[in-house]
Amino acid sequence: MQRFSALALIRHAFTGHKTWRPQWRSPEPKPRYDAVIIGGGGHGLATAYYLATEFGIANVAVLEKGWIGGGNTGRNTTIIRSNYLFDESAALYDHAVKLWEGLSQALNYNVMFSQRGVMMLAHNVHDQQSLKRHVHANRLNGVDNEWLSAPAAKAFCPPLNIEASMRYPVIGAALQRRGGVARHDAVAWGYARAADALGVDIIENCAVTAIRRGVGGAVEAVETTRGAIETRKVGVVAAGNTSTVMAMADLRMPLESYPLQALVSEPVKPIFPCVVMSNTIHAYISQSDKGELVIGAGTDAYVSYTQRGALHVPMHTLEAICELFPIFRRLRMLRNWGGIVDVTPDRSPIIGKTSVAGLYVNCGWGTGGFKATPGSGHLFAWTLAKDEPHPINAPFRLDRFRDGYLIDEAAAAAVAH
Amino acid sequence: MLLIDCPFCGKRPELEFRYGGEAHIARPDDPSEFGDKAWGQFLYGRSNQRGMHAERWRHVHGCGRFFNALRDTTNDRFAATYKIGEERPALPEAQGAVEA
Amino acid sequence: MSAPFRLEGGGRIDRTRTLHFTFDGKPYAGFAGDTLASALLANGVHLVGRSFKYHRPRGIVAAGSDEPNALVSVGSGPRFTPNLRATQVELHDGLVAQSQNHWPSVNFDLGALNDLFSPLFPAGFYYKTFMWPKSAWKRFYEPKIRAMAGLGHAPTLPDPDSYAQRYAHCDALIIGAGPAGIAAALAAEAHGARVILCDEEAELGGSLLAERKGIIEGKDASAWLADAVAKLRQSPKVRWLSRTTAFGYFPHNMLGLAERMTDHLAAPADGRPRERLWQVRAKEVVLATGALERPLVFPDNDRPGIMLAGAARQYLTRYAVKPGSRAVVATAHDEAYRAALELAAASVEIAAIVDIRQDMPGPWAARARAAGLRVLPSTTLCATSGRHRVSRVEIAPCGSDGKIGARSRLDCDLVLMCGGFTPTIHLFSQARGKLRFAEKLNAFLPDGGAENLRCAGACRGIFGLESAIADGVAAGEAAARDAVGGRVEAVHAPVPLSEDGGGGRLEPLPNHRSPHRVKAFVDFQNDVTAKDVKLAVREGFRSIEHIKRYTTTGMATDQGKTSNMNALGIAASALDKPLPTVGLTTFRMPYTPVTFGAFAGSARGELFDPVRVTSTHEWAKVKGAVFEDVGQWKRARYFPVKGEDMQRAVARECQAVRQSVGLFDGSTLGKIEIVGPDAAEFMNRIYVNPWTKLEPGRCRYGVMLREDGSILDDGVVGRLAADRFHVTTTTGGAVQVLNHMEDFLQTEWSGLDCWLTSTTEQWAVIAVQGPESRKVLERLVEDIDLSSAAMPHMSVRQGHICGVPTRLFRVSFTGELGFEINVPADYGRAIWEAVFDAGFSRRITPYGTEAMHVMRAEKGYIIVGQDTDGTVTADDVGLSWAIGKAKKDFVGKRSLARPAMTDADRKQLVGLLPENPELVLEEGAQIVADRQSAIGQKMIGRKMMGEKMIGHVTSSYFSVALGRGIALAMVAGGRRRMGETLCVPMPEGVIKAVVTNPVFLDPEGKRLDA
Repeated sequence: MQRFSALALIRHAFTGHKTWRPQWRSPEPKPRYDAVIIGGGGHGLATAYYLATEFGIANVAVLEKGWIGGGNTGRNTTIIRSNYLFDESAALYDHAVKLWEGLSQALNYNVMFSQRGVMMLAHNVHDQQSLKRHVHANRLNGVDNEWLSAPAAKAFCPPLNIEASMRYPVIGAALQRRGGVARHDAVAWGYARAADALGVDIIENCAVTAIRRGVGGAVEAVETTRGAIETRKVGVVAAGNTSTVMAMADLRMPLESYPLQALVSEPVKPIFPCVVMSNTIHAYISQSDKGELVIGAGTDAYVSYTQRGALHVPMHTLEAICELFPIFRRLRMLRNWGGIVDVTPDRSPIIGKTSVAGLYVNCGWGTGGFKATPGSGHLFAWTLAKDEPHPINAPFRLDRFRDGYLIDEAAAAAVAH
Repeated sequence: MLLIDCPFCGKRPELEFRYGGEAHIARPDDPSEFGDKAWGQFLYGRSNQRGMHAERWRHVHGCGRFFNALRDTTNDRFAATYKIGEERPALPEAQGAVEA
Repeated sequence: MSAPFRLEGGGRIDRTRTLHFTFDGKPYAGFAGDTLASALLANGVHLVGRSFKYHRPRGIVAAGSDEPNALVSVGSGPRFTPNLRATQVELHDGLVAQSQNHWPSVNFDLGALNDLFSPLFPAGFYYKTFMWPKSAWKRFYEPKIRAMAGLGHAPTLPDPDSYAQRYAHCDALIIGAGPAGIAAALAAEAHGARVILCDEEAELGGSLLAERKGIIEGKDASAWLADAVAKLRQSPKVRWLSRTTAFGYFPHNMLGLAERMTDHLAAPADGRPRERLWQVRAKEVVLATGALERPLVFPDNDRPGIMLAGAARQYLTRYAVKPGSRAVVATAHDEAYRAALELAAASVEIAAIVDIRQDMPGPWAARARAAGLRVLPSTTLCATSGRHRVSRVEIAPCGSDGKIGARSRLDCDLVLMCGGFTPTIHLFSQARGKLRFAEKLNAFLPDGGAENLRCAGACRGIFGLESAIADGVAAGEAAARDAVGGRVEAVHAPVPLSEDGGGGRLEPLPNHRSPHRVKAFVDFQNDVTAKDVKLAVREGFRSIEHIKRYTTTGMATDQGKTSNMNALGIAASALDKPLPTVGLTTFRMPYTPVTFGAFAGSARGELFDPVRVTSTHEWAKVKGAVFEDVGQWKRARYFPVKGEDMQRAVARECQAVRQSVGLFDGSTLGKIEIVGPDAAEFMNRIYVNPWTKLEPGRCRYGVMLREDGSILDDGVVGRLAADRFHVTTTTGGAVQVLNHMEDFLQTEWSGLDCWLTSTTEQWAVIAVQGPESRKVLERLVEDIDLSSAAMPHMSVRQGHICGVPTRLFRVSFTGELGFEINVPADYGRAIWEAVFDAGFSRRITPYGTEAMHVMRAEKGYIIVGQDTDGTVTADDVGLSWAIGKAKKDFVGKRSLARPAMTDADRKQLVGLLPENPELVLEEGAQIVADRQSAIGQKMIGRKMMGEKMIGHVTSSYFSVALGRGIALAMVAGGRRRMGETLCVPMPEGVIKAVVTNPVFLDPEGKRLDA
């Protein structure tokens, strides 16, 4: 792997950048691998990377039907935080945040992790109760999260409107200072480059068409558009397409795939210093390094794989943004897009073994998977390598939907009364 | 915004409707006879079909009725809407096919 | 002030109206009909901005919404708007505009040092550096990068303008009012269709606005246009929208249009919206969106004074502006010859027409030669110079093998370029139409498979005036036929595609220098060069989506209108793959940027979300009530008197209820009437409770579960008759409860004969609570015996109060003797006031939600959504007594048998009394088993804990009745822990609290019958 550094850039400048080599190869699939990862998004590539670095399993293929990082990895609003309520979730997401903090150096790829702080707004007494419950639980779990009064929230984010005359005034906020954003594409590319250097084959334009199982039902091989590949371990990390892939092994998943839209404004000079989220009026916003305001909307209401949604969804989001930040009303939407998010009944992911020997699944990240990328990859690699879950992902097993041990972050936020 | 053909009222914009999830998942007459696995599948298992998806909608800001629809989730086109209790209509092959 | 580059005559400007404006503080003048760009060019101003990354001087390249360079900030104060295209900013008197992205000025910009060091900043350089030392990213590198990035400044004051929104329906929506679109609109209208025609420009006409010589249907083009526009304007079936961009194509032929209404006016009328967003549902759509001219990619092709040939023609003919004095024309397409001839006719000296092609099959080269212009085939443009404006180019003969001959220099102040045309397929692609690559045209063309739409004219590769009009007619007729049916007999066929027009060029022009050194720009705004695209390919980025993201080509505010095809061509040849296999990036809405305010519309302030108020709202306002938001409702939280704070007001209100009588507006509770022979059976199935034996006239507290076993909602239900139930729900739960009930009734139990009606808005609910409540009501209720014997706790009667029909419930959420009066909502305020007057002598006290919360907590009554969340079962909160044990089934029953639901360590509702009675615990505070683990947790800091949290405080208040702080909490195995002391670790220290029964006050319920 060619090291990346300022010095390398200077050196290559003298040769007109002629000798940079591909960041990852474009290999033909081999007939056999120790493990096959289906899905070349951030989570899948991270899984392959950690399999190779931490568990010594480098004879791995990552199969991607399109181009790597082309799904939700490249379509999300890049928010990273770990201030989740339940012990299980806080442990999972904080595991990821800790890995984020050293990721650029570990991968030798600047993923631009920017710990700008993530602020979640409270608009009513119920929000306040809910966010304070988070703050207290997080503190005891060692996850930073603090309660801010409305003026303190405005001091942290000057464009914020805290006037009491608002329809839903801001009455306070919970702030996780370690939260922030990162450069989404760089995460996929950084993991791909590092995994490739360790011997992992990243195979793009290769769709899986079948999962072949042998005696006793164990996984034997996958059929792909580029031929059959033998393997005893298959990790499915296919986000919105998980149900389709798992159906190849006759598994019906507790998942539904919804369109999730996001948008950016035209770039402007720095104006927005953090990430702000409001669950009550449905908006989240940050400013990218390039200067665009990056804004997330809620999901559309129905199952769809079209990667697009209805106009009224971003309209509703921009109503909220203009209400919270009246100075942004004259800015303009530059680009809107949609992803396909796979949502579980309890809004928590599934990371673990399945009833099929040799078949593992990592899915159900819903609208918030990007933040977990390094942690998810690491834990899933552990699970594949050892054929048992890491203690952190053990509660996120698939069969919790049979016995009812859900990890229901959404339900815990409850509804207005 | 989808244009949805309510079998009772005709074509109306999506905002008048509320999505009701996958159709034809019938509640068992006696749930206590279901084991945990089967009950878990009833509660949570979904086809999440990529292609022709049978789903429920409620014309909540119209007639208030639930009805079923067949919609291709790869392009959001409706192939049919039909009343609760009616059989899922058969579609010509081409319409039911999954687009890659 | 005379504009030196304005022609004496011609153009569509109004020379009688001189408009004054400033650019970067300097005053200029233009005419009505000018854009900022045309007015600046008329004044000889070409340098209008600096580029994003290298801060290179930039000029005006295009004449419309495809402009990549000339971004300016317009206006001042609260109407300051960044990043507008000078080519789309219509001039008005007093316009104030500024160039962007430079310091200290556009002429002298220190940021241009980046250009000097540009070898260090190739595509994606930031992924490769700024990683050491680790802490410097946050402190140093990132703030610096951010300060350099961005284009204009964001506004800093709230926008004072308003924005409107409209829905519209039509038979045919025609997008683009060029020749094809106008022809389509005329044809559709003539065949009975209701038409909406929109165009992003101020004037309808498209390319006709710059048409000098064309003849249509025997008329001069401009005369034909004037007639056509007049006809369209007069037709009652046509709505025409200028300054209106169709920005998005959504499923099922829904389109979003953005209409700009006031930006072009010096002094808009008060209250006129700045923009209007249209949501149009069209039966048929005709896309007549034209085609965009492509720049050529050659070294230093970004200097001010280098512009698209078609743009130069537009400035000349539409605005009567000479974009320069001496021009070099570089082309790979015939169209540039027309520009050269027209410029020459306007006495712009044409130094040479440099054509990279060997053969020019069309008639144009001959015409140019005939006009005395110097035409150089097989010639490349290999260098340019000039600091703030192009002043010289180098050209050289170039064979088809790419070999460069002897170079020569040409002085000039203008370079026209034409690399060919890219059909505008953005909306077609947004509609998920299929595309095919037409080799000869070097263009992706629509190829079916989309919504109910058709394309006409240049956007589907039909070029030339006559063809475009014929194609428009065919599309308009067909749209009318498909939308309104029957009435169209003969529909003209679409014009067959001819690919002879030439495809121009998608690769850089050959030059003599090292391709690794020259900057030949592909994406002007984002400073992406041909070598950046090649570097991305070299680094292994093989998908066009990857190349786009790595280099940022096509990601600027023009979304790659001029650059995408060139980038694709360069990538394809670097990858040595056929162009179509490299793919095309997905087109995203909006076509051009759309103001946030237009999307938000009037959803501001109070109109952001509907406000729901009860019938006593105004009364409470007059009394000085403080309100809280509960969903969309405004509820009185407390009624302070004489400067009381909340704590004092609530204490007084609670005391009044406990000692005398209080008055509370409970109208926000959801209400559902369930009626029919099978009503009781339906109730049995939907609630955990049994209902069959409940006698008419009696009430029961009901709990309903989701199918997963968690509590969905609760509320008191009164049985009015054997076949009639009056159901109440929580305030926030009303809608979802009704949907839940309808779902089961319609889809699972359609055989049950009963029906559901929401009556939330129909009934006002006035709770009269306290030991004196009966005495107050006795004076008002006419035909109901309120005595305990006749009307015990949990009963309901129908009668009259003050002559108004009422459903009177004897229920209590306070633990006191109490009634809830339901009257038709219109009478709510009158009855409220009557009760208030009747209770005056007993010091009747209005109380709000906060006192209600305190009093119910004293009694251990839960609030669904506060003491429960979506994970809590009936048993968890001590409500298993409510479950009808004999019932075989009810919604949620089966789920309760799952292992997780019977786990002994589930959290259970308990009371919690802080050891220090003065203390009020914080709602949301977490609970641990003992002090040791609480301290341990603090010390371990960010590590995972050994001892886990066992619960949390759900409700907590200071109880005046009990003289201490009380709390409700959910604690793991809580009912086993009665009497245990638990710890609540707070940042300030650990609070100890004792677990108790959650009913703090009057556990025997004696006060209910006081």
